[in-house]
Amino acid sequence: MKATVHVTLKTGVLDPQGKAIEHALGNLGFDGVEQARQGKFIELELADTDVDTARARVTDMCEKLLANTVIENYSVQIET
Amino acid sequence: MRSAVIVFPGSNRDRDMRLALRRATGHEPHMIWHKDTELPELDLIVVPGGFSYGDYLRAGAMAARSPVMRTVVERANAGTPVMGVCNGFQVLTEIGLLPGALMRNANLKFICRNVGLRVETSQSLFTSGYDAGQVLSIPVAHHDGNYFADEATLDRLEGENRVAFRYVDDAGETSAAGNPNGSARNIAGVYNETGTVLGFMPHPENAVDPELGGTDGMALFDGLTRALS
Repeated sequence: MKATVHVTLKTGVLDPQGKAIEHALGNLGFDGVEQARQGKFIELELADTDVDTARARVTDMCEKLLANTVIENYSVQIET
Repeated sequence: MRSAVIVFPGSNRDRDMRLALRRATGHEPHMIWHKDTELPELDLIVVPGGFSYGDYLRAGAMAARSPVMRTVVERANAGTPVMGVCNGFQVLTEIGLLPGALMRNANLKFICRNVGLRVETSQSLFTSGYDAGQVLSIPVAHHDGNYFADEATLDRLEGENRVAFRYVDDAGETSAAGNPNGSARNIAGVYNETGTVLGFMPHPENAVDPELGGTDGMALFDGLTRALS
């Protein structure tokens, strides 16, 4: 079973790297990019067979390591 | 004073810290490898600077989950003073001993230079060698030193006198020009609720020898030694 985790900065947390991407896109002539936010994408291959158990375990992983919840949000998708 | 320096793969200011502690205390600090789980009796634990675990995932994230840090948290909760410098500050926020987080510098650049640093209070174990309001010249060397906490947390830190140091300009003011990395309210370091855990970005261990550009860091180690011996 595969889990994918997206980690993104919370709204209101400054994202200087996202800002740099936004400016660089503007410099390349891509108009109308109103905002760019950078985050992380993590793929996990799991031995779990039960979707709910897998989701609960990955959520726990996010809380304990994969995200810093002071500054980041996370979302978990499970693919069967 | 019995002290220890925690050593992770990727620590690089651990030996500078050892020298600074030895100079001030007259005793050799214990160097504790990250896989150790036992600590001797200690009066001070230092989490040093560097790039533990290559800053993988987030600066300090891996080190915060290493075996030795469980013991460090137990000791901190039992009242043993803990000081985290630079990467050590990042580790202490990641592990939850200190509030907030250290983000990428606002200008996205690695900053390696001396900064003006104002001591916010002399009423602490760590800063009794200084006067409140004293401005020091101390080097910083970091890519992720941009202190962030939500407004309520920042207000609480200020209300409880838990801001240890602030970045200041040449006039000693907390201006944008004096803020090297974009830190909220120019905060360079904070205490925990009991004032026994301190984390900050600048490197006092690199300001203890006139041959290396200054000695403004010495009073921190001398004050600590007086307070804890």
